[in-house]
Amino acid sequence: MDPPSKRTRIERRMDRIIYVLFSALILVSFVGSLLFGIETKKDGGDYGRWYLRPDITTVFFDPRRPSVAAFLHFLTGLMLYGYLIPISLYVSIEICKVLQSIFINQDQAMYDEETKRSAHARTSNLNEELGQVCTILSDKTGTLTCNSMEFVKCSIAGTAYGRGMTEVEIALARKRGETLDEQRDIDTVESREPVKGFNFRDGRIMNRKWVNEPNRDYIEKFFRVLALCHTAVPEVLDPGKIFYEAESPDEAAFVIAAREVGFQFFKRNQTSIQLRELDRSSGEIVDRVYELLHVLEFSSARRRMSVIVRNPERQLLLLAKGADSVIFERLSEEGRMFEAETKEHIERYSEAGLRTLAVAYRELDDDEYKRWEQEYVKAKTSVSADRDDLLDEKADMIERDLILLGATAIEDKLQKGVPDCIDKLAQAGIHIWVLTGDKKGTAINIGYACSLLRHGMKEILVMLEKPGIEAIERDKEEFAKAYKIVEKQIDEGISQVTGESNTQFGLIIDGKSLIFALDKNLIIRFMELAMKCATVICCRSSPKQKAIVTRWVKSKTGRTTLAIGDGANDVGMIQEADIGVGITGVEGMQAAMSSDFSIAQFHFLERLLLVHGHWCYRRITMMICYFFYKNITFGFTLFWFEAYSSFSAQPAYNDWYMSSYNVLFTSLPVIALGVFEQDFSARHCLKYPSLYKEGIDNVLFRWIHILGWMFNGVLSSVIIFFLTTNSITGQAFRKDGQVADYSILGLTMYTCVVLAVNCQMALSINYFTWIQHLFIWGSITLWFKFLLVYGSIPPTLSTTAYKVFIEACAPSIRYWLTIILVVIATLLPLFSYRAFQTRFQPMVHDSIQTRRP
Amino acid sequence: MTDTDRGTQRDRHSAFSLFTQQSLPACKPVLTPEWVIMTFLFIGFIFIPVGLVTLRASHSVVEIVERYDIGCVPEPFRIDKVSYIQDDSIPKNCSLSFKVPKYMKAPIYIYYQLDNYYQNHRRYVKSRSDKQLLHGQNEHGISSCQPVEVNNDRPIIPCGLIAWSLFNDTFTFIRNRAELKVNRKNIAWKSDRGHKFGKNVYPFNFQNGTLIGGGKLNPTIPLSDQEDLIVWMRTSALPSFRKLYGRIEKDLDVDDVVVVHLMNNYNTYSFGGKKKLVLSTTSWLGGKNDFLGLAYVFIGSSSVTIAVVFTLLHLLSPRHYEDTSYLPWN
Repeated sequence: MDPPSKRTRIERRMDRIIYVLFSALILVSFVGSLLFGIETKKDGGDYGRWYLRPDITTVFFDPRRPSVAAFLHFLTGLMLYGYLIPISLYVSIEICKVLQSIFINQDQAMYDEETKRSAHARTSNLNEELGQVCTILSDKTGTLTCNSMEFVKCSIAGTAYGRGMTEVEIALARKRGETLDEQRDIDTVESREPVKGFNFRDGRIMNRKWVNEPNRDYIEKFFRVLALCHTAVPEVLDPGKIFYEAESPDEAAFVIAAREVGFQFFKRNQTSIQLRELDRSSGEIVDRVYELLHVLEFSSARRRMSVIVRNPERQLLLLAKGADSVIFERLSEEGRMFEAETKEHIERYSEAGLRTLAVAYRELDDDEYKRWEQEYVKAKTSVSADRDDLLDEKADMIERDLILLGATAIEDKLQKGVPDCIDKLAQAGIHIWVLTGDKKGTAINIGYACSLLRHGMKEILVMLEKPGIEAIERDKEEFAKAYKIVEKQIDEGISQVTGESNTQFGLIIDGKSLIFALDKNLIIRFMELAMKCATVICCRSSPKQKAIVTRWVKSKTGRTTLAIGDGANDVGMIQEADIGVGITGVEGMQAAMSSDFSIAQFHFLERLLLVHGHWCYRRITMMICYFFYKNITFGFTLFWFEAYSSFSAQPAYNDWYMSSYNVLFTSLPVIALGVFEQDFSARHCLKYPSLYKEGIDNVLFRWIHILGWMFNGVLSSVIIFFLTTNSITGQAFRKDGQVADYSILGLTMYTCVVLAVNCQMALSINYFTWIQHLFIWGSITLWFKFLLVYGSIPPTLSTTAYKVFIEACAPSIRYWLTIILVVIATLLPLFSYRAFQTRFQPMVHDSIQTRRP
Repeated sequence: MTDTDRGTQRDRHSAFSLFTQQSLPACKPVLTPEWVIMTFLFIGFIFIPVGLVTLRASHSVVEIVERYDIGCVPEPFRIDKVSYIQDDSIPKNCSLSFKVPKYMKAPIYIYYQLDNYYQNHRRYVKSRSDKQLLHGQNEHGISSCQPVEVNNDRPIIPCGLIAWSLFNDTFTFIRNRAELKVNRKNIAWKSDRGHKFGKNVYPFNFQNGTLIGGGKLNPTIPLSDQEDLIVWMRTSALPSFRKLYGRIEKDLDVDDVVVVHLMNNYNTYSFGGKKKLVLSTTSWLGGKNDFLGLAYVFIGSSSVTIAVVFTLLHLLSPRHYEDTSYLPWN
């Protein structure tokens, strides 16, 4: 798939601003050329400006063909007022964004000690979009959770073991308002070094205590199943330390659990598995060899796996583990002894957000096994196309009449800081969608654990209970019925949401309903509902739906969406979203490679958005507005001067002043603004997440805001031009009677422009480090230094700038008084506006700023 | 969790780390009402006095402005002033007199003022050759002087429209029947005389064409000493401008009657320009201009007004706490 090219909303709006400015440029040039044409025409005949020699003129000033002169003047005007279109803006923005990305990459607070990875901005052109995220679409496994499985509980022979509380349980208890005694269940005796993948605490089982339990036979069988029924391979690195290479982290967790309880799997070859286990009669540790006969592998269709082994006592055993529904179907009559209790435990575990599997076994007699084996081997060696189906069928034949042993519960730990992070993001006004394959109950409970669903939040469910997806596809009637159900639920949701505007809502929708909800007739209503909910959880959704949902959310809300994921199945979603964030997790680098930003942990997203996003958004928007301001100020002083030189396109300033404006005297402060500006420190950005709402609502880059800055630019140019000309021209400009000529006026006006725009910058930013001071005051000093240097090179090169500053302006008090007057007068309008607005109609950042301790 | 908590311990305080972690020590100005009021008052209290002092300086200047372009055209020619000015056979001398309204202390600067004269027109401004003015004939870069660069195939020195249209009215001043001496030296900028106009460059082939523009130059005086030309060549900023003509280095008393004999040579009639004669003293701030002082006073008093309005509003209207109620500290 070709990675899509992404541009930010800010940039797209900036393009439109450029069109506006371009129209302004054309308009200004047109007005200029029209008036120039009229003036030029008047020069014809006897009553013209003879000192311009209209009788022997060129085509540019020919009074006999004023329309041609006007047209050519129009082209000249386009070049003269070209300053209205800041070409250097694009360059400056690129520089700023690259530097911003470097800052993101360098941020130590987003450096993960464990994986030794820091955040990485893989593209530099989406920085400010990070400050405008309205919806986050997140994957669950590996993104919200660590994807490292821990064995925490089990139910054996109808008794529940395992006392540790899962994060979900803690969250649920908190939701119910129970006070928690966190230490309650943890036996101090058992506190020992944590084992990765194992978080099982129960005094009845651990440290060989299980031999005293009444149902010790079942416990022994249960853990033997866990130790034998798998495809893991042991790796002995140091003596006494065994690591397991397993297909999935779940499987590894089982083997580790068995090892920790005392059934250590340590060797495997083609035909046997060896366990080091306790001999209950002698109380010694012995090595037992189990002959491995067949492995009936796990598949997503079978949702179970089993092995057939012969134990040292020559008994033939089939050991199975699998999804509860599958295993319960295959129990024998006498094997259902603990079915009710186990079911109840499984129910409880899955409410606690755990992944459960049922464990069962069966003893085989030799004859039955032999008969089955023949058929099975035949099926295995067959080469027909339906070999896999055949094998499944054969496996199915032997995997029946099982005896239930119990169930396991594995916790997929939430990543560090996820609930806090989600809480902050929600406070920042960001909608969070989680797309998970989990069951409804698990999804809701995980939602509570991650703080996606919070206390006082109302749940809205959109669910399709019964008909399987196949039935819907086959049957038109069922389809219509299902559609009706979803429609009804959505409508009810909307009326509920609009009815109670003060409560927060969480929407839970399952994958099947989602298909209907994304139908073109329902999508608008569905998005209306979803956008009013702070959280949306899509449970039982398929990876394919992720990208589709992302596309719809993006196109229907029209706001910025961010997709975050860690696995290959998230790539579509990551590429589809406005911003794709990849987690460089255990599932490889595929998501990170296709992302725009990669981070090591989900909770870094908080800092990435609330701090860097907020800053970058503010920096870029302010920078663009300011850039327009400074160029309009400059460009329009040229235009006003034109009006006083009969629109002859004579620039008000020396050529070198003109070309240095964007390069020397105003560039560095803007870049400092774009790279370093902070309205709040990182700590405050995180403390006040509501600051982020300004980015979502795009308050700093509304048209009114942009046009306000442009208007301020025009106003500044008017103030600068008229105050300067009225203050210095006409009468004597100095004590020695000299008057201000073209070069002095140009220099004074230019000084005022440079000072005014730089001081305007100093007034607009909230953050002065030595860099800002250096750049802003340095630019102003540089202008005066430039005047000294440029003014002292021979007049054939410096022309109208020769010694003007040192000889004419600097000794004149009027020059300095004029500059001070003009600069203050130019700054006053915006300053007054800001002062009143901050006090009487504060924006979010204003009120936080003024009340910050 | 704060940002510094998470930072690595070892290099947290090094300057480089402060830089990369964007936590350099910084000053963060906030627009608090106190600051706003202080700032406005401060501007007011600085600007109003400065404005008053400036106004005083402006008022201390005595300025006499006499328009003469119409008065100097004899009555019969007033209908067609252009043909009057273009007809060399008509004598152009003219005199005007005025009474000095206030004591004028020397030096008194004499200016001629032209209105509606576009010395800043692009065609006009470009039509000169700085190289030629400094180095003379051996330079070839006179193409910029179009359309007045050659005459009879020989280059003109000084070339270009500006020089060609040199102002050529002359003034003599008489008080109590005695001529007032006008010092016409040092009226141009020193840098112009020293570095822009050559000491060995003499006018050549100047005003020899079919159409005579403005004044003529004495071909025996080097350009660096032709101060009228140098002043004229320093083009004006706006279409209404004054240029220095000379200085009277004697005080003029109140009610002194000054008679000016002038040669009204320069044609401003064809484009509707005006000509004025200006006599002015100067203060430490230059000539008479109330604008600067008034602007200072205006800005200063506006600031004070804003400060007062702001203070009143600030005291009268309580903060809108309900607007910020959703913020986390409430």
